Amino acid sequence: MSVTGPKLQPTLFELSGPGRAAGRRIPAPPADALERIPVAALRESPPALPEVDEASLVRHYVNLSQLNWGVDTGFYPLGSCTMKYNPKVNEWAARLPGFASLHPLAPDETAQGTLELLWELERDLAEISAMDAVTLQPAAGAHGELTGILVVRAYHRARGDLERTEVLIPDSAHGTNPATASMAGFRTVNIPSAADGGVDLEAFRAALGPRTAAIMITNPSTLGLFERRIVELIEMVHAAGALAYMDGANLNAMLGRFRPGEAGFDVMHFNVHKTFSTPHGGGGPGAGPVGVRAPLIPFLPAPRVLREPDGTFRLERPGERPASIGRVRGHVGSVGILVRAWAYIRAHGPDGLREASDDAVLAANYLRGRLVAGGAFEVPYPGPCAHEFIASGAGLKRATGVRTLDVAKRLIDKGYHPPTIYFPHTVEEAMLIEPTETERLDTLDAFAEALLEIAREAHETPDLVLSAPHSAPVRRLDEATAARQPNLRWRPEVPPAPGPR
Amino acid sequence: MVYGPHTPDDRSRMLAALGIGSVDELFDVIPASVRARPMALPAAMTELDLMARLRSLAGHNRVDLASFLGAGVYRHHLPPVVDQILLRGEFYTAYTPYQPEISQGTLQTIYEYQSLLAELTGLDVVSASHYDGATATAEAALMTCRATHRERVLVSRGVHPQARQTLETYFAGANLAFDEVPLVVDGPAAGTTDLAALQRLLEDTARPVAGVVAAQPNVLGLLEPMDEVGRLAHAAGALFVAAVEPVSLAVLAPPAAYGADIAAGEGQPLGIPPQYGGPYLGILACRDSLVRQIPGRLVGMTSDADGRRAYVMTMRAREQDIRREKAASNICTNQALCALAAAVYVAALGPGGLRDVAATSAARASELAVALADAGAPRLHPGAYLNEFAVRVPDAQAVHRRLLHRGILAGIPLAQLEPGDASLADGLLVCATECTTAEEIELFAWALRDELGAAPGATGAAGGEGTR
Repeated sequence: MSVTGPKLQPTLFELSGPGRAAGRRIPAPPADALERIPVAALRESPPALPEVDEASLVRHYVNLSQLNWGVDTGFYPLGSCTMKYNPKVNEWAARLPGFASLHPLAPDETAQGTLELLWELERDLAEISAMDAVTLQPAAGAHGELTGILVVRAYHRARGDLERTEVLIPDSAHGTNPATASMAGFRTVNIPSAADGGVDLEAFRAALGPRTAAIMITNPSTLGLFERRIVELIEMVHAAGALAYMDGANLNAMLGRFRPGEAGFDVMHFNVHKTFSTPHGGGGPGAGPVGVRAPLIPFLPAPRVLREPDGTFRLERPGERPASIGRVRGHVGSVGILVRAWAYIRAHGPDGLREASDDAVLAANYLRGRLVAGGAFEVPYPGPCAHEFIASGAGLKRATGVRTLDVAKRLIDKGYHPPTIYFPHTVEEAMLIEPTETERLDTLDAFAEALLEIAREAHETPDLVLSAPHSAPVRRLDEATAARQPNLRWRPEVPPAPGPR
Repeated sequence: MVYGPHTPDDRSRMLAALGIGSVDELFDVIPASVRARPMALPAAMTELDLMARLRSLAGHNRVDLASFLGAGVYRHHLPPVVDQILLRGEFYTAYTPYQPEISQGTLQTIYEYQSLLAELTGLDVVSASHYDGATATAEAALMTCRATHRERVLVSRGVHPQARQTLETYFAGANLAFDEVPLVVDGPAAGTTDLAALQRLLEDTARPVAGVVAAQPNVLGLLEPMDEVGRLAHAAGALFVAAVEPVSLAVLAPPAAYGADIAAGEGQPLGIPPQYGGPYLGILACRDSLVRQIPGRLVGMTSDADGRRAYVMTMRAREQDIRREKAASNICTNQALCALAAAVYVAALGPGGLRDVAATSAARASELAVALADAGAPRLHPGAYLNEFAVRVPDAQAVHRRLLHRGILAGIPLAQLEPGDASLADGLLVCATECTTAEEIELFAWALRDELGAAPGATGAAGGEGTR
């Protein structure tokens, strides 16, 4: 196969040449630096790492970056991922040497600035969600789920309630929910959706019982719908002695409009890389703080950030809160990410946050309306939607053979990142479209037009759609061979010749 | 709206298109009884005020002290090229590369990261990243249980306590058991994993062991007899997990060389700032035969429809969005940008540069050991170390506090890291890196000597050089 097409890059290893590495960055060690180390503990030969000059290295990465699509490149309506603009001041903030250079085991008195920021952020998130306390430790949404469900487990156990072995999860939930339940030692009971997209109350009632530890609800759901029967649901959960967990992945729909704690949710997680615009980083890092109501505070992971009566801040000491589920990671949290979230919240204030959600929901409904009017795709649930909505290419597929996957690939040619596709699994040929509040009206209009144009192409020139993308750096990939004969690391195709260099 | 583009006119047009008078109508679906009360948050700040407050908060942290803090997080020279690359918006504002045709940048950088870590560890399969060293270690231990269908893991007390505590939390959730392997208390092997105790724990045939976890170097900075630990583990049918520090792998034997089946570790030393705890990089690598047990994303090389080399996320049947409750882990968001930092860092240094970082750190540590011993604080253990070691200081916590007031972060009191271990109560864990200066070492030694009231050389008999 050819190594490079337009802008494609050889690997770092192919750029390497003996002696080509960048100049000396640090002082040379004395010749005997390692002589005190037993030979048995040392490497026999140096690792075959690439030697690349800095200019080539920079071009390598800059050219690679240009093969990528980011929010900074263009519209990224990836449903349930909240790909909103990532403010540059937040990048500046996280890199301030006072934040970036602070060692996590530095004594509390040398970390007062970071501790104060974390303490404020805990309170802000508690206020936004109407929860009684928040831990900032979890490193991601799924990590927050695990933390929250372990807190649920500890709560029931502390009450001597050992029979609760099941977690109820709607079938439209993110895959992380059932995977989390398994990791925390629970059995997942799947609850089907009702015709209107909400939780099927009868199926839910039938599954709920003395074995139920918790229900995990994503609200608004992954169908982009606010859960209409939320009050009844939570009442039933509590009547059964179980707890209500809210997956906060879609919180960007509801800031200042709905606070989970006020509705009776007992536990929730935030995805700060969605709602509070910390960047997604090509897959991470994010952060997944967890909020709980008062009865669950004793079980939160350790250490928490505390404020002393004299106004100074400190980390909880080991063993200070004996009922804690313990540690869920090293240190206190992904602080560099949390600094960005704090800055986002402060830049908005309460009215700005509410306006962000209002604009996100307005934009989603507007775009949804454009697609309903266009008629080429089904829009299965009656409006209004929350911050995202479902469209389906099922009819288009039946009429033309063009699948949602093909539509998505053709969107790339039109200059857009495709929406989330084939999720949730409960909708045939699904597209989950989330425009966010940071896209201009003309972008929304043009995107709707592009989708409708692709539908026309599907009828008139289906091959053009079926073989898309045509303008991306690469065409569709051979994923089957990648999985069947995995090549997960570089190896030189021809072994180097033996003998002297 | 702070960062959004909508003008009042835009909003009016959208409302008109929807045939509604107010955005409030879009929220009518929320039952009246659970609509939000106003949020009591501080008012919006201008960018100018926000930056001033952030500068002020950052200024309240003390990052100007002479620091000898380590314990898994190390202050290394950060080549500016690393952060310049991380600031490419195409990298840091992208999502997980689910659409490979427009994600080749992220995908190739992850493939290269996997390849670089495969070179360092000697293990062929490297996950695209985990949250941090502690969670990667816990996931490695869970892997051994899945692979062996056994339910008990042995963890050396030489593994970082935060990793052990995280593993304990994960194992409680999964209803799995783990036991700690003690460290040798005295003699030439003091501070390293007690092999006799390990042997006894492995002999409990009623509770067969899935995996043995040991760290190289261990949390006290000491080099462990990893080949022996691995041999004992394998003899009992258990897998062997090495918890490693990646910079050290430029000079120390790679995990594959001493028989490790899995390696886990904290990737922070590879070009990631300390940031008071994260975001960091969880390194997780394994032998080929365990590839179906490894959690997290994997990127593979393949080709596109025109035969061009290209990259894609692969073997996804292990993952939560496909397997749901049967997935290998619930991990979704990972630390891709931190993996990119690590790859750029390793490539920017090259093999010689990375070796220099490890060797210069070791040389500075030798100087530190001599200086502290001379000041009255000999090493606590006689064994070999790389760039970190414990010293004996009477009333260590009080001395540590007093040194702080002199502008010195005198490492970490072991009583704080390992409370309840009497043999470590008088210990300070200190480290040096290539960033540690001769002046800092001199200042530390001078102040310590002053605090201890010891004459130069009076108690340095135990020596700072350790065994050869």
